[in-house]
Amino acid sequence: MRSIDVLLVGVGGQGTILASRILAHVGQSMGYDIKVSEIHGMAQRGGSVVTQVRMGEKVFSPLIEEGTADIILAFEKLEGLRWLSYLKPGGSMIVNDQAIYPVPVLAGLAVYPEDVTGCLSARVKDNAVVDALAIARDCGNPKAANVVLVGVLARRLPIPEEKWQEALAARVPAKFLEVNRAAFSKGYKL
Amino acid sequence: MRELMTGNEAIARGAFENGVTVASGYPGTPSTEILENFCRYQGVYAEWAPNEKVALEVGIGASMAGARALVTMKHVGVNVAADPLLTAAYTGVNGGLVIISADDPGMHSSQNEQDNRNYARFARIPMLEPSDSAEARDMMGLALEISEEFDIPVMLRITTRVAHSQSFVDLKEQVTPSLREYKKDTRKWLMVPAFGRMRRASLGERMERLSRYSGKTPVNFILPGDKKVGVITSGVSYQYLRDTLPGASVLKLGMTYPLPAGLIRQFAAGVEKLFVVEELEPYIEDFVRGLGLNAKGKEFFPETGELGAAPVRRGFIAAGVIPEEASAPVPQYQDMPAVPVRPPVLCAGCPHRGVFYALRKLKLVVTGDIGCYTLGGLAPLEGMDSCVCMGASIGMSHGIDMAAPGLRGRTVAVIGDSTFLHSGITGLIDVVYNGGNTTVLILDNSTTAMTGHQDNPATGKTLMGKDAPVIDLEGLVKSLGVVRVRTVDPLDLSQLEEAIKEEVTASGPSVIIARKPCVLLRRQTGSPVTVNEEACTGCKTCLRLSCPAISVNDKKCSVDPVSCIGCGLCPQVCKFGALVAAKGGGAGA
Repeated sequence: MRSIDVLLVGVGGQGTILASRILAHVGQSMGYDIKVSEIHGMAQRGGSVVTQVRMGEKVFSPLIEEGTADIILAFEKLEGLRWLSYLKPGGSMIVNDQAIYPVPVLAGLAVYPEDVTGCLSARVKDNAVVDALAIARDCGNPKAANVVLVGVLARRLPIPEEKWQEALAARVPAKFLEVNRAAFSKGYKL
Repeated sequence: MRELMTGNEAIARGAFENGVTVASGYPGTPSTEILENFCRYQGVYAEWAPNEKVALEVGIGASMAGARALVTMKHVGVNVAADPLLTAAYTGVNGGLVIISADDPGMHSSQNEQDNRNYARFARIPMLEPSDSAEARDMMGLALEISEEFDIPVMLRITTRVAHSQSFVDLKEQVTPSLREYKKDTRKWLMVPAFGRMRRASLGERMERLSRYSGKTPVNFILPGDKKVGVITSGVSYQYLRDTLPGASVLKLGMTYPLPAGLIRQFAAGVEKLFVVEELEPYIEDFVRGLGLNAKGKEFFPETGELGAAPVRRGFIAAGVIPEEASAPVPQYQDMPAVPVRPPVLCAGCPHRGVFYALRKLKLVVTGDIGCYTLGGLAPLEGMDSCVCMGASIGMSHGIDMAAPGLRGRTVAVIGDSTFLHSGITGLIDVVYNGGNTTVLILDNSTTAMTGHQDNPATGKTLMGKDAPVIDLEGLVKSLGVVRVRTVDPLDLSQLEEAIKEEVTASGPSVIIARKPCVLLRRQTGSPVTVNEEACTGCKTCLRLSCPAISVNDKKCSVDPVSCIGCGLCPQVCKFGALVAAKGGGAGA
């Protein structure tokens, strides 16, 4: 099989790491070889964060090259736009309809582009725009927004739902499991 | 059991499985998590040393006493540890001694991207380079064996993509650690000239044996393939190569010092075109060419920054190995809006923010240092002029003081608590001893924040979680001979500005300790600042604080109540009283 390459992009503190752990857990239970790459250190302080997950029969490079990602999961919409060139032609974008202004924008030194989701939809055929925060809030905890997005992602991968449920149970702390299961289901059914 | 591990976790695992009992290091991206993981294993000792030189000396001592020892640091840390390193090659070891050099190609979180493979050659110590987590774990064990068999410290050199990428590792049982006997042997351990000469000769013999070993070690192997193209590679570059040229003949080098001349010649003889694919410098390429072989490398592959499959592919297209039409072009999107950058910033509530606001306002020349606070040099705070290496702020400030009378009384050195203990103390001694006038601002946030909140001698905790004496910074600097020492709250702007103004103009050295714990440690959920919109004139002065919680929309300031923790700084900069601290909040909250 060709590898499945997923890029998770967002802003430090948005829960991209838990999402990538769930994804890797699912990959492991499918018997895939896996490589996950992320950058620590200076990049964490409110900067752009990116986690690269590659799964398949045999994976060599831990990095996803431009124009080759099967799916981009954007936890913040500007980050979706920033990494768009990494999506392969015909790939899927899942974008959280949330804007977090970078400091240069807050300081009036740069402009946050208008209609980011529309801009993505015009360029990506399968662009799923998700209001993950609102959905997570409905489920009882806005912090589960990341798992709503994982639900949307799960629907686009050739992996049975029960594998995801097992991964949630293994990776999410017990006291948050119920709300995260609800968040996952809402995302999965979108 | 099979586990998905980062390279750093795998190295910690390998050290545990192979009986390492003593580990020391100084935090530095991308090496930090090795000791954070290692210290969790039963029956081991691990510590944060104040700097990499001390860490290596601890490792040499533990090895001399007969234990297997691990020392960890980032690439620039090896510069600090270079002094003991180059002589440890002479003394050799008793218990196995492994030094991790975690290099950062592309400078994700570093001030330079030096290629530390040169250190192995310079120090004449063997070097292993893993290309994924399983190899990292295995090579940790192999490094210990080589160290003991050849009586020499071994460098295990990793890069960011090996350190921070996860792949599978099959866990093994721990071999029971044993302590080799210590016997006094001054000819081996006491490096005075007469004994040093003997050990230098011995080092030559050891390297000869190691060169032969390098030709037969299983970590240097040939992967047979298409005889038209042969590629020599090492480290993570091997992975990029396998994705790019799956059919090529490959010489994969896991041991990259000493390099196996015979094996390289044998490989070169079996292929038509010879390439070297390596990240950063032409380290292997220069050696291969030195053998008289016609190898192509940096002519086609970049010498700076991180490699990846794409740059490797581009190199092989340029070299005529991969036909251009065979690779899919990167999609080009037309009429894309400009995407603003999202640089890292000081957190909302960060105690460093007030310092840089004040320094910029006072128009001082600021020699900076390494830590989160280096972000205070970026727009719009722009409160720092320089950053060179750990501890450089104080010596540089003294140099300015001695060189330019016009800058005297206008210069400050800014350094964090952990960095001051790492290598700032000696700079301050220089200032005191030589009658300088430097003012040093020690930003004491009670942690090593940038690398992820490691403890240090000023925090009262050790890596193993034990209580420790807290270094008294005021007492320390006074004991060095600094008379003018004061402690301020960095979130109280008027107190801070007054202290800085007084101390920079005072004659003689001064130390201002700006003390407030890192906001991420305080876990403070104070009441957020509110905005009196009628009072706000839209002057945007508050934006100079570079606080992620403050923005100005439609000429009115707004404060995000979720990210604001009510540190109380912004009400102090607003002349119109538009930013209102919650009752009971305010400065020092």
